[in-house]
Amino acid sequence: MAELNVVVDNPGSGTTPEQDLIAQVQRGHHGLFYELVRPYERRVYAAAMAILRNEADAEDVAQEAMLKALANIRQFRSEARFSTWLIQITVNEALMRRRRERAGMIEGIDDQRDQEGEYAPRDFADWREIPSESLERKEVRHKLAEALASLDRKYREVFILRDMEQLNIQETAEALGISVASVKTRLMRARLMLRDLLAGGWDGGWFSRLPFEKGTNPW
Amino acid sequence: MVQPPALREGNKPVVNRETMNCEQVWKEVSNYLEGDIAPATRAAMDDHLLTCQRCRSVLEGSRNVIRLYRDERMSDVPAGFGRRLEKRISQSVRAQGRGWLTWLIPIAALALLAGGLRWENSWTKARQLRADRAHWVTKIPPDMKVVVSEGAKDFHVPGCEVIRNKDNLRTLTAREAIREGYVPCVKCMRKYLQTASNANAPPDLEVQAETDFEDDGKSPLR
Repeated sequence: MAELNVVVDNPGSGTTPEQDLIAQVQRGHHGLFYELVRPYERRVYAAAMAILRNEADAEDVAQEAMLKALANIRQFRSEARFSTWLIQITVNEALMRRRRERAGMIEGIDDQRDQEGEYAPRDFADWREIPSESLERKEVRHKLAEALASLDRKYREVFILRDMEQLNIQETAEALGISVASVKTRLMRARLMLRDLLAGGWDGGWFSRLPFEKGTNPW
Repeated sequence: MVQPPALREGNKPVVNRETMNCEQVWKEVSNYLEGDIAPATRAAMDDHLLTCQRCRSVLEGSRNVIRLYRDERMSDVPAGFGRRLEKRISQSVRAQGRGWLTWLIPIAALALLAGGLRWENSWTKARQLRADRAHWVTKIPPDMKVVVSEGAKDFHVPGCEVIRNKDNLRTLTAREAIREGYVPCVKCMRKYLQTASNANAPPDLEVQAETDFEDDGKSPLR
């Protein structure tokens, strides 16, 4: 039978296509690596950008992180999520790049402290369900990015890793080298601040051209 | 003293569900969305949210913030990012391949050298020279027909005048004779090689010649 001559390259039943790809790359089929990481290239870039805030540096670090992942692919264990592993490598690379570039510079004292949960929301507009179409508008995405960029680094980094990159609290703490308690505090403040910033955007009219009924918040 | 349920159910700060105020709710909104909250605190918050529109706004707004930013469209990459990434990965993979080749070439060369030495060793050791006083000479064609005689140490061009034990001759090639440990006769082989040299015959075999017959140490076979 012809089927008997087919070389089965699948390491076992019950594996996902991603796991199969990982196994093949681990066995030396490095040409498949880009196929493996392509679904995560946006997230990897965003993680680098969150820390470096410079497009050229973020792209370079994202590439470096991918190459580092390839070089260490045999160390990846299937019990971890591949995307999390990639993001953690990227965050490490980005933090190292930032340390190198800021060597000798003194961080602001205020930047090193968490203001323990002392944040009171300022806007109490009733937000309805967000129409996902709003994100099709570049202007809306730009405003959201601006709001995020306006946060202090310590809040922005935690928010991006937890809420955008979807690392869990523990993974976020490990990636940034801070405590779980700090992650929770910073996350709380980041979410509330962003909520206020976006509500202010509504009042300021940057959603005003969206097709919503007059007097109704877009969400 | 028996603790109230809120104390026993979790490690979170104990909040009296009857008196949980807005500030307390705001502090817990993020944990609430994470699902990282003690059941008693959650119940107290739920009670509060039922009656407080401001806190509902804070909770829903925070939930929407997460939903908005989690959308993949928020993670824009510069134009051509994927293409450049793919190119860099390909270059790295190719470089790795070349890296292997870079190592492979000297390894292969070493292997060849080692193999050559072993062959050379086996060649020289296998034949167990019959003559003690022998030294290296070159230029004997390997397929040249030579004769050897029983009990002798050297091989000869057929018809050589110094062949011993002529009644018991055996014909074979120079290569075979050398392999069996015979060494070239300096008398006949000198003549042969001189003739071959004059005819520009290509030299291609290195053997040892017995020096028993040499009187001046200036044999052309040396």
